[in-house]
Amino acid sequence: MRGATHAKWAVCAVAIALAATACGGGSDSGGGGADGIVSSSWGDPQNPLEPANTNEVQGGKVLDMLFRGLKKYDPKTGAAQDMLAEKIVTTDSTNFTITVKDGWTFSNGEKVTAKSFVDAWNYGALLKNNQKNAYFFGYIEGYAQVHPETGEPTAPALSGLKVVNDTTFTVKLNQKFSTFPDTLGYAAYSPLPTAFFNDHAAWLSKPIGNGPYTVDSYAKGSKLSMRKWDGYMGSDKAQNGGIDLNVYTDNNTAYTDLTAGNLDLVDDVPASQLKNVQADLGDRYINTPAGIIQTLAFPFYDKAWNTPNGAKVRTGLSMAINRQQITDTIFQKTRTPAKDWTSPVLGTDGGFDDTLCGSACEYNAAEAKKLITEGGGIPGGQVKISYNADTGSHKEWVDAVCNSINNVLGNDQACVGNPIGTFADFRNQIGQHKMPGPFRAGWQMDYPLIQNFLQPLYYTNASSNDGQWTNADFDKLVDQANAETDTAKAVETFKQAEEVVRDQMAAIPLWYQNGSAGYSERVSNVSLNPFSVPVYNEIKVN
Amino acid sequence: MGRYVIRRLLQMIPVFFGATLLIFLMVNVMGDPIAGLCGDRQCDPATAAQLRKEFGLDKPVWQQYLTYMGNVFTGDFGTAFNGQPVTELMAEAFPVTIRLTLVAIFFEIVIGITLGVLTGLKRGRPVDTSVLLLTLVVISVPTFVTGLILQLVLGVEWGVIKPAVSPEAPLNELIIPGLVLASVSLAYVTRLTRTSIAENARSDYVRTAKAKGLPRRRVISRHLLRNSLIPVVTFIGTDIGALMGGAIVTERIFNIHGVGYQLYQGILRQNTQTVVGFVTVLVIVFLVANLLVDLLYAVLDPRIRYA
Repeated sequence: MRGATHAKWAVCAVAIALAATACGGGSDSGGGGADGIVSSSWGDPQNPLEPANTNEVQGGKVLDMLFRGLKKYDPKTGAAQDMLAEKIVTTDSTNFTITVKDGWTFSNGEKVTAKSFVDAWNYGALLKNNQKNAYFFGYIEGYAQVHPETGEPTAPALSGLKVVNDTTFTVKLNQKFSTFPDTLGYAAYSPLPTAFFNDHAAWLSKPIGNGPYTVDSYAKGSKLSMRKWDGYMGSDKAQNGGIDLNVYTDNNTAYTDLTAGNLDLVDDVPASQLKNVQADLGDRYINTPAGIIQTLAFPFYDKAWNTPNGAKVRTGLSMAINRQQITDTIFQKTRTPAKDWTSPVLGTDGGFDDTLCGSACEYNAAEAKKLITEGGGIPGGQVKISYNADTGSHKEWVDAVCNSINNVLGNDQACVGNPIGTFADFRNQIGQHKMPGPFRAGWQMDYPLIQNFLQPLYYTNASSNDGQWTNADFDKLVDQANAETDTAKAVETFKQAEEVVRDQMAAIPLWYQNGSAGYSERVSNVSLNPFSVPVYNEIKVN
Repeated sequence: MGRYVIRRLLQMIPVFFGATLLIFLMVNVMGDPIAGLCGDRQCDPATAAQLRKEFGLDKPVWQQYLTYMGNVFTGDFGTAFNGQPVTELMAEAFPVTIRLTLVAIFFEIVIGITLGVLTGLKRGRPVDTSVLLLTLVVISVPTFVTGLILQLVLGVEWGVIKPAVSPEAPLNELIIPGLVLASVSLAYVTRLTRTSIAENARSDYVRTAKAKGLPRRRVISRHLLRNSLIPVVTFIGTDIGALMGGAIVTERIFNIHGVGYQLYQGILRQNTQTVVGFVTVLVIVFLVANLLVDLLYAVLDPRIRYA
């Protein structure tokens, strides 16, 4: 019976393995439980959590809890208000003197001084540090030296930044930029403590900031626990004991966990659940406008799409899209048909204008067909709309847009979708200027300014001008607006620039995106800010 | 036996290199991963170049592969885009997936073989027909349907389980996900065992054993089952690798941060280091599992000898 003993050994080995792996688990960490702690869904941030290196919403929402900068955007109106800034003074829109409020500290006790800002900005701008938001410092003098387009940096720090004393520093820009102070609420401009520079790895595993929360524990890829910081100086103190961010593999699972009562907050209701959300959550479902607009961009580097009469074709295509029908049926009203190239969150004072696009954004089959024919027809006889098929259920709306265009033109081959496997590959092909036709473009604002909706997207060679559109009139108007010291006049000039975008139909505006969230009965006072991020510090636990 | 094992281990080397090279090439064909790193906007060229240099993406693919393999042998699997070493990701993901796989294999063995023996001995009876019908249903319903339905019914409606597994993934939370993961294989194990048992039940040695007056339990467990298990063991052995790599769907549904989740993220973000690293380990798991299966043959059937 030698064999039998072998078999026994095998059984024992399996039993031991099972028992051994069982030791790894064992913990009661569920959703809602601990006092005053709000549990919320989260996606794994793509980049390390550093202020100047975080360019997506998942990492951004953490920075929003851990940091406070010179300015902060009002969670309701989006207006930039002084936070750490005592005052920001300029006479010429180029030289700014910034005074930092006294008495603020980081959660490790270190004082927040003018140097905390200057060091952080210099770190963010320096090419060697690989910070993905480095271009935010591109307006500051000396940027070309610390972040040259090719080759090695020739200076270690921005020459336009000078520390005057503990609470004052000056900023010199390389161009006039009157609304510069209003951009300073963006997370990339956060101050950093010396601990960040002294032991970078340790800081990354447990970030230290000056915001209303501190990091309690951070298990990368699965859970980030933040607790209320009692030493916080600001007026927007946390109204709960802390926030637990749990990474979910799928937002459907997060939603299921919410309905089962294991999770307090989901800030991304999956499209497939929009039908049930009213029944499941009732008035605990939030659907409010956010600073996000979706457009169709065109490959102007392709001669076929850059013809003298092209504007007519593009306007015709815009008029061939039945936005109302698509937002109602496919998006269940979580999108609003676009009427300009900005966002309603700017407000009319900020430059939003729901009459700007006018008839060019209204569905009009006859006129659309006429314009496309007058403009010489669709280049190559077929519109191919490119999108990435891996996230965001883009296929549905692209198919719907194509359907709408095909119906108008009476030809079911006039428009087809062109799915691209992954987002990385989609971006890759855009970067290499290989788009065979219009492609999906989305813009989430960095800060609530009309400038942010126009300049990065349509200015010649701007960072996100993926279609390589160029127009001298537009560029001139943007320069004028930036130089304008009076905000109202600046906004007015930006709107004139936006009219150029309209007349040329540089990109077809599709719809404004809403932020959607749902929450449990355990919490209240939940709202979304204009960036569609929950206002975590205001959430109350019942 | 020792020689056989060494020969098998040596055979693994070319398989290992071939598999990793293939994966490396396939991931690289997908294009420039840096392009997707900056979100909906273009990375500025200088930063993109700098990142490419840091991850070694500016070199030709063959050179990247050689450097990568060189590093792998020193235990360095590279760095994921979020700044975490891939080995750290593995240390988090593999224990979870191994636990899930063990739960699944446990169900396969216990439920699958029990049902198989039961039906194999009662061929044509109502038990047999109903189990066969049941396995047919299980095989034909996709895993994500079973998973989502169980999650909704047990997790939301009845509140028996938590719909999402916590990050630590303790064993008790993995029971339902493990059952879902095992379901299809379980049905196959049942059917395989049934056929094998049914065939061997008529064989001479079983008749002899019965004639010797051995108790029925001993005939079934020692004589009939042991000889019938060879195809089943082969199936379960190869299934270990398949379950670990194929857990993507189950892991997604139940929020399990295991290998499937990391691979999915790696592919979406086109993170060569993560994908190649994880697949390399999976290839090793697959090879070792196959070796173990072959060695188990000798235990089950002493007539099988390894020279």
